[in-house]
Amino acid sequence: MSDLFQDYSEAAGRTGAYDEMFTPGQQARESYGQLAGALRELSLADVTARADSMARTFLDRGVTFDFAGEERPFPLDIVPRVIPAHEWTVLEKGVAQRVRALEAFLNDVYDKMTVVSDGVIPRQLVTTSAHFHRQVHGFEPAGGVRVHVSGIDVVRDAAGTFRVLEDNVRVPSGVSYVLENRRAMAKGLPEAFGQQLIRPVEEYPRRLLSALRKTAPSGVDDPTVVVLTPGVFNSAYFEHTLLAGLMGVELVEGRDLICRGNRVYMRTTAGEQRVDVIYKRIDDEFLDPLQFRADSMLGCPGLVNAARAGGVTIANAVGNGVADDKLVYSYVPELIRYYLGEEPVIANVDTFRLEEKEAREHVLDRLDELVVKPVDGSGGKGLVIGPDASREELEALRKRVIADPRGWIAQPVLQLSTVPTLSGDKFGPRHVDLRPFAVNDGDDVWVLPGGLTRVALKEGSLIVNSSQGGGSKDTWVLADSPQVPVETLPREAITVRERVSVWPVESNWRDRQAEQQQ
Amino acid sequence: MLSRIAESLFWIGRYVERADGTARILDVHLERLNHLPMEEQRSVAQELLAVMGARPQSEDFGLPELLNALAYDKGSATSIAGSLGAARENARRARETVSSGLWESLNTTYYGLNQHRKDVVGTYRFCNWVLERTAMVSGLADTTVSHDESWLFLVLGRSLERADMTARMLSTRDVLSAGMSWVNMLRCAGAYESFLRTRRAAFGDQHAAEFLLLDRLFPRSIVYALRDADECLAKLDPSAQRVGFINDARRIVGQARTFLEFHRTDDLMSELPEHMERVQKAVSQASDAISRKYFNQADELAWVGEVS
Repeated sequence: MSDLFQDYSEAAGRTGAYDEMFTPGQQARESYGQLAGALRELSLADVTARADSMARTFLDRGVTFDFAGEERPFPLDIVPRVIPAHEWTVLEKGVAQRVRALEAFLNDVYDKMTVVSDGVIPRQLVTTSAHFHRQVHGFEPAGGVRVHVSGIDVVRDAAGTFRVLEDNVRVPSGVSYVLENRRAMAKGLPEAFGQQLIRPVEEYPRRLLSALRKTAPSGVDDPTVVVLTPGVFNSAYFEHTLLAGLMGVELVEGRDLICRGNRVYMRTTAGEQRVDVIYKRIDDEFLDPLQFRADSMLGCPGLVNAARAGGVTIANAVGNGVADDKLVYSYVPELIRYYLGEEPVIANVDTFRLEEKEAREHVLDRLDELVVKPVDGSGGKGLVIGPDASREELEALRKRVIADPRGWIAQPVLQLSTVPTLSGDKFGPRHVDLRPFAVNDGDDVWVLPGGLTRVALKEGSLIVNSSQGGGSKDTWVLADSPQVPVETLPREAITVRERVSVWPVESNWRDRQAEQQQ
Repeated sequence: MLSRIAESLFWIGRYVERADGTARILDVHLERLNHLPMEEQRSVAQELLAVMGARPQSEDFGLPELLNALAYDKGSATSIAGSLGAARENARRARETVSSGLWESLNTTYYGLNQHRKDVVGTYRFCNWVLERTAMVSGLADTTVSHDESWLFLVLGRSLERADMTARMLSTRDVLSAGMSWVNMLRCAGAYESFLRTRRAAFGDQHAAEFLLLDRLFPRSIVYALRDADECLAKLDPSAQRVGFINDARRIVGQARTFLEFHRTDDLMSELPEHMERVQKAVSQASDAISRKYFNQADELAWVGEVS
């Protein structure tokens, strides 16, 4: 290893976490072999030049997220994260299983609630969830799918076992960075790509579009799909534009839409045009001022009724948030057993439900050793990491937990796995998580081979959210055999052609002119 | 205007567009090439070179040689550096007619050619830079040169070369039948987003090829480029005839365009190689015919000399 990796093993040893690239003896794991070889060839100057150039490309291309009103490039680290085929097979299965279970759960809670009557999950838990929307109770959405797109966050614990950290079945974001990261890496670190089969990610937009079209209301031959964005000030606006662009569909804002007779139309230069499928990238609360927040300017009045009447498919369905609730999360293994009759492929992180008296007392005694999270938070908001918190913070937290035990869960502090990450003039271990994305078209759950690896750029930090100093890594899923047909198709030589000619016989102008001149 | 100047302008148009097209093709295919195993990389590199109309100098032809042949070799008109050098040389000869903006942008480009690292990563940046420079050259040509005869020759050269380059982009499909080749073809032409917006959910080789070959509104499609060339030719030679055409170049360009436009596309994919071959041939024949009609005085003199 070059001096870029000096002191790496020592630093990795300090974290006590599982390192994805190296075994404790500073040996590169098999899946990272090629990458380690490529990095070994590079000097510090090479690496920083490439990292700079990648950052500049991101800014040029507008691959940014909005932070406190400012557009920032999403930091991409030059070392990718590699997932070998056998590990991916498990992840893929586990994610798809989870999506199927959550889909069944959502169908159930907005219908007969057999899961409650069978005693799997307390009724109160469902009905007290902030995202359980009675407005969408009692109808099956057009197309029959609720979780079209999902992002299931997984982490690896100190033993290297994958565990699910949380489910995102409302509006999971980040897939645009997966697509852009791959593009940037292909140009920034070309040496590492050769000789190994890295599964492509570029088909995602097509998969998504075909899933959205497939779940259109019945009776529509050529469904019109749109992406609904809150507008240019949203932090994920870049992603909305990218997805709409790559799917070749319109990106609409609420004011572009109009509901009439339980159908949705968009205003175009050619008059109103029917919209059949809305890929919704705004929160439920802002979607429809008739049903939710009346002061919302972002949505369009009447959408929920149109969905109820089957006139439009909304993806993801309204009300999915109840499945994201972190207390419901703690029941997902039971839900998998209940709905699918299967054992969960990927385990949860151990979770204390603070409504249970014993658990609460136990947790309150050990607040300084645990992570406490609000049940409906996302983006790392409101989360308190016990060992890092001050006494005052813990005291404030204790009061809030006692006041609203339903609103919080507690988990042990997980030492997330680490991957080498460029920081200053060398590589250091930084903690990462992984968000694989799944697309459900009703028949099949397809998991994008790859996903968003977020990395905490600060040494020792466990918070990977982009709003809190996180960056990302390209995620490479290796194919174990060249079963992906790509390179192996027989190619025909380009010079030999034995085909019937369709063009008229060529008139040879030069000859004729020569004749005329003679 | 002087034939010699007209010829220079025609070739400025062609060379700048060739540099642009080659940079686009190289940029996209380099990415693919990098993912291939060594052996395959070599054969694909050679095939890619063949598509660009050149032969490998030696048996030992791999990725570094391809980069040199297509990007940096100043001695070859196939390479980007060679094309831009030739464009600048032509501009130098017609310096009093081209606008100073056009001349300076070509000259600056020429001097910038050496300031790039010649490895794979550097080549990506080089291609990007070339695209920016060529866009600037065409932009300056459009806005600072009067749209008279001289500009028409420039655009004529550009349109013909564009048709030729798009044909080559389509031919690269054969070279890299590696999955998703149509995405690459479209990326080459910068047509990916435009295509997606027009075709909605209809993806695939056939549709992409159709778009690049026949789309009437996308400026880099072959039909569009040929129509542009046709319009230039018509303006250059406005003598209206009741019947037929006496201008060979117009006849060649017009026949190629109309054949493509009115041809059924059911078997497009299997016929594509022939289309591409014929388009490239038509472009070179049209270029010859234009030379004969407008530039080539020397030939006739020689002939006269022979007789006397």
